[in-house]
Amino acid sequence: MMKKTLIFILCLLIVLWFCGPVLLILIAALTPSAEYYDLARLVPTKLTLTHLESLFVRLNGWKATLISIQTALLSIVISFAIGLPAAYVLTRYVFKGKNLFRLTILLTRSFPVIIIGVPLVTLYLRIGIADSVLGVSLAHSSMILPFIIIISSSILGGISVEYEEAGMVFGLTRFRSFLRITLPLALPGFAAAAIYAFVLSWNEVFISAIINLTNRTLPAHILNTAMTSPDYFKFAAGTVMALPAMIFIFFTRKYLMSMWGISLK
Amino acid sequence: MSEVTVKEVKKYFNQVKALDGVDMKIQDGEFVVLLGPSGCGKTTLLRCISGLETVTSGEIRFDQKNVTHLPPKDRNLAMVFQSYAVWPHMKVKENIKYPMRIKKFSKEEIDKRAKETAELLNITELMDRYPAQLSGGQRQRVAVARAIVLEPAALLMDEPLSNLDALLRVTMRSELKKLQQRIQTTTVYVTHDQVEAMTMGDRIAVMRDGKILQFGKAEEIYQRPKNVFIAGFIGSPQMNFLEMTVKREEGRAELVSKGLSILCEEDKVKGLEKANLDKVILGIRPENILLSPENGCVPIKGSVYFTERLGGETIVHVSTESKRFVVKVSGDALFNENETLRIYLNVKKTRLFDPETEEAIG
Repeated sequence: MMKKTLIFILCLLIVLWFCGPVLLILIAALTPSAEYYDLARLVPTKLTLTHLESLFVRLNGWKATLISIQTALLSIVISFAIGLPAAYVLTRYVFKGKNLFRLTILLTRSFPVIIIGVPLVTLYLRIGIADSVLGVSLAHSSMILPFIIIISSSILGGISVEYEEAGMVFGLTRFRSFLRITLPLALPGFAAAAIYAFVLSWNEVFISAIINLTNRTLPAHILNTAMTSPDYFKFAAGTVMALPAMIFIFFTRKYLMSMWGISLK
Repeated sequence: MSEVTVKEVKKYFNQVKALDGVDMKIQDGEFVVLLGPSGCGKTTLLRCISGLETVTSGEIRFDQKNVTHLPPKDRNLAMVFQSYAVWPHMKVKENIKYPMRIKKFSKEEIDKRAKETAELLNITELMDRYPAQLSGGQRQRVAVARAIVLEPAALLMDEPLSNLDALLRVTMRSELKKLQQRIQTTTVYVTHDQVEAMTMGDRIAVMRDGKILQFGKAEEIYQRPKNVFIAGFIGSPQMNFLEMTVKREEGRAELVSKGLSILCEEDKVKGLEKANLDKVILGIRPENILLSPENGCVPIKGSVYFTERLGGETIVHVSTESKRFVVKVSGDALFNENETLRIYLNVKKTRLFDPETEEAIG
C-alpha cells in the first residue's frame, strides 16, 4: 500500500514536471492582457481567445499556418517517395555495405543547418525556388528522409517476407505484391511515421526562416512577428505551435512506441 | 499437374554455395520429400523451383516448359509457407479467393471452388473470420486450402507442420498425405523431420551440402542407405556403427573386432572383394539386434549400461568389449544396470561402409 502511494506520488511529480509548463503556457495564452501583468494573480478570472484571434487574423497567422501545412504535406510526399523504396531495399535485400549505408543515413543529420542554410539559399535563388513552399519542403525532406527510411525499414522488417512472397507465388509481381499485401499491413505504421514527419516539419524554424521571406511557415512567422509582441502573444504562439504536435503524438503514441521497439503492455 | 525436372541446378549466395548441382526428376502426381539437416539446401531448392530464388546455373522444367527464368507468378504454382503466410488483413474466404481473382477466374467458378475446397479442408465455418482469430492448425488448413484451390501444376510445401504442436502434427501429417493422394497434385515437401519424410513421401531426396545424396523410396533409403550419413540420419534411435577388420581368404570374408567375429554372406563378400579394404564400418539398426538367439545371428557378450523404457518399446544400451550398442526391443522390458547378457546381431540386415569415403559397399 505504502509502496503504491509512493509510486503514485512519483508518477504525479513526473507528469507535473512535463505537463506543468505546457499548462502554464496554455493559461498565459488565454489570459486577458490586463490580468496578465497583475503579479498578484496567477490564475486568471476569465479566459479569452483574443490573443489567438489577433495572432491568426491581425498578424496573418492563418496564411503562415496554411503554408506550414502545405510544406509539411509536400515534405511527407517527397520523403516517402524516396524513403519507401530505400527502406524496402534495406529490409528485403542483402547487399554489400548495407550496414554502412544504414549508419550513414543518419549522418546527414550531423551537418548543422547553419552551415548549409546560406549555400541552400544561394542555390535556390539560382534555380528559382527561393521563397517558395517547394524550396522549404525540399530542405525539410532532407531532414525528415533519414527518419522515414529508418522507421519505415523497421516497420517493413516487422512484416514477414512470406506474406509478400505468397503474393508473388499466387500471381502478383513483386511491386503489386508490395502494394496489395505489404502496404496495407504497414499502413498504420506508415501513417504514424507520416505524422511524426509532419511534426518535424511543423516545428522546424531555422531553415524556413532563412529560405522564405514572404511565404513563411508558422514558426518562422511567429519568430518574426510574435517575438517582438507582448508576452501573452508569445504564449499564444507557443500554444498554437505545440498543440497539433501534442494531439498527433497522443493519437499515434502506440505506433511510435512500436516503431522504436518499445511495447506498451 | 506436371512433371518437374531439375537439371544441374546450382545456386550461390555471393560466395556461399547453397546448391551444388542438383538433378532430380519428379513424376506427375508424385509426393517428393526433400529431407536433410538445416543448411543442406532443401529450402533453397524449393525456392528455386518456386522462382522466389533465381538459379545461378542449371535448368528447371515443368513438363516440357522451361521455367528457369520465369517469375513465380507465371509458373502456375502454389506454396504453403512455414509461417503459413495467410494474409492477416483478409478474411479466410478472401485469402482463398484472392489468388483466383488475380488469375481472373469467373465469379461463379471462384465461389464454387472456394466452397468445395473449404468443405474438403473442413473450414467452412471459419470463412468469415480473420486469420488472427484462428488457431495454428486452422491457419494451416487455410494456407493449404489457398494453395490447392488453384489446382496448380505443382504444390510446394516448406516445413508446413513445424509450427504445430506434436499431436496436431501427427494428425495433419496423415491428412495432408490423404489430401494429396486425392487431388493427385505433384508435391514437393521440405522437412528436416525424418518421420514426416518416411510417412508422407512417395520418394525421399536426402540432401546435404547442397547435393542430393540419395533419391528413392522410403524403405529403400531405410534398408539400403548409400552412405554413413544417410544411414545415421534416418532411423531413430540411430544405426549402430562399428569399425571392423576384414580377414579375407579365398571366397570367404570375416569381419573381426574385439569379442565379435562375423562370417560374411556371399553378396557381402563380393562387395568386399571389389572394394579391397582392410577395414570396414559395419552398420546395424537397433531393431536388428535381438536379445534371444535366432537363425543367422551372431552373439556378443555385454552388460546393460542404460535403459530407456518408452512403454511400447524399450531401448537398451549394451556395453560390449568393442562398442556400446543401442538395442530396440518391442514391449516393456526391465533390466538391471550392469546386468550381463548376450545380444545377437542379425547379420543379414547389416550394411557395410568404406571407412574412408563413407560410401556403402554392400
